[in-house]
Amino acid sequence: MMYSEKVMDHFMNPRNVGEIEDASGVGTVGNAKCGDIMKIFLKIEDGVVLDAKFKTFGCGAAVATSSMATELIKGKTIKEALEITNKAVMEALDGLPPIKVHCSCLAEEALHAALWDYAEKNGIVIEGLEKPVNDISEHEHLPEEDY
Amino acid sequence: MDRIYYFDNAATTRVSPEVIDEISKYFSESYFNPSSIYTPAQKTKEAVEKAREKVARAFNADTKEIYFTSGGSESDNWAIKGIAEAYADKGRHIITTAIEHHAVLHTCEYLETKGYEITYLPVDQDGLISLDDLKKAIRPDTILITVMFANNEIGTIQPIGEIGKIAREHGIIFHTDAVQAAGHVPIDVKELNIDLMSMSGHKLYAPKGVGALYIRKGIKIKNLIHGGQQERGRRATTENVPGIVGLGKAVESACANMQEETERQRRMRDRIIDGILSKIDHCWLNGSREKRLPGNINISFEFVEGESILLLLDMYGICGSSGSACTSGSLDPSHVLLAIGLPHEKAHGSLRITLGRFNTEEEADYLIEKLPPIIERLRQMSPLYEEYIKNKRG
Repeated sequence: MMYSEKVMDHFMNPRNVGEIEDASGVGTVGNAKCGDIMKIFLKIEDGVVLDAKFKTFGCGAAVATSSMATELIKGKTIKEALEITNKAVMEALDGLPPIKVHCSCLAEEALHAALWDYAEKNGIVIEGLEKPVNDISEHEHLPEEDY
Repeated sequence: MDRIYYFDNAATTRVSPEVIDEISKYFSESYFNPSSIYTPAQKTKEAVEKAREKVARAFNADTKEIYFTSGGSESDNWAIKGIAEAYADKGRHIITTAIEHHAVLHTCEYLETKGYEITYLPVDQDGLISLDDLKKAIRPDTILITVMFANNEIGTIQPIGEIGKIAREHGIIFHTDAVQAAGHVPIDVKELNIDLMSMSGHKLYAPKGVGALYIRKGIKIKNLIHGGQQERGRRATTENVPGIVGLGKAVESACANMQEETERQRRMRDRIIDGILSKIDHCWLNGSREKRLPGNINISFEFVEGESILLLLDMYGICGSSGSACTSGSLDPSHVLLAIGLPHEKAHGSLRITLGRFNTEEEADYLIEKLPPIIERLRQMSPLYEEYIKNKRG
């Protein structure tokens, strides 16, 4: 098997699948054209991430990194949440095959997109957070041929 | 892993018991170099020539027209590069299709860097080329038409006889990559006007590492592998005797049981297709329903991704394949699925199931039972499915 046991565990038994009805922030990243879309929901109160859920269209690594990213962010302050990089997600999963590293980048971006959404909704600025490039908001159509 | 349910026969097949029986002595007793002078080696050489006869007979070729190679990719490389070079003074234009195996496509791309021009014929939604397109693509400097007999991903069988006729009428050499078709559908190289044909052992229950190229008498071709005088001076390398003997035996037994086995697989194929399409929503069959290899099933499932399907099937011991980007080793989904008009996002969710002679009806039942909950499980996790349901409600 090309995946580590941890990756397979998070793929077979993904943690935090689902939606949060009254999410504080929602981030959707990726593109169906390249085969991965991640949508992450965060519940934030008093600057702390209380809950995180996800829905993902994609390969085993995409599901596993979504699962791990939501696990890592739960209970973190916003400042700590920003420190969850793609490397952190990968390390927590005992690594990914080289061709799947982009899935961990997408997971990081999904977290950032959800935090960005939270910041926008609340009119605040999160220091050190930039709008993720692969952000696709709910109301926009997927990018067409120009991707 | 307990039991394996093997549904990836287009990737490779199990070596059949009769082939193993036939070849084992060429590892242990008759291991001699067929080019050696002593008596035992002559017996080994005879075995090679007997295998050549079997292959020739199966496709209505002459024994002198069959050349053993290391497999399908080598046969394709040799045919295309060897013809391109041998006929370069006549022209540098080659016609092929958008859905060829990479062994053909990448060889053509290589020739493009050497000053050859390649026309890639498009295909319709069933994966078939248009004969009109083919005729229009022919130029005075066209030296080769190379069109696969049957597609490895979607199983579509091309109108090879008509293509051969057009090529012959125009005096253009016709090569077909028959790796997926040989031993699975009847092929008569004379009747179909085929000039060169590639085949591979391990797709028809012979070992890996052996294949053949049929080269019609009178066709000029440059060598790909230079060295000794094996294969009548056209392909060096000490013969892969067990492989060659195995290929001969495998082709022989495939042809002996073809009608019966083809019928059996076709029935199983249709039962699986109908079973899946009736049990799962938002999915469809890729490729032609009628002009299709007896063992090929290729279905796209909306809102889910292929590798995830394969990983979950693997948990039940089911071996399949997919045209998704993640299984192709790149970020692009299968060029075949794109060529038949699937948009990228839909090409990612395909599943290929390919049957072989060892598959049973019971295994088919198992697959039909296990697949629907797997698709459902992935859809419950998919933001695309969620969006679809919301739009449907809204």
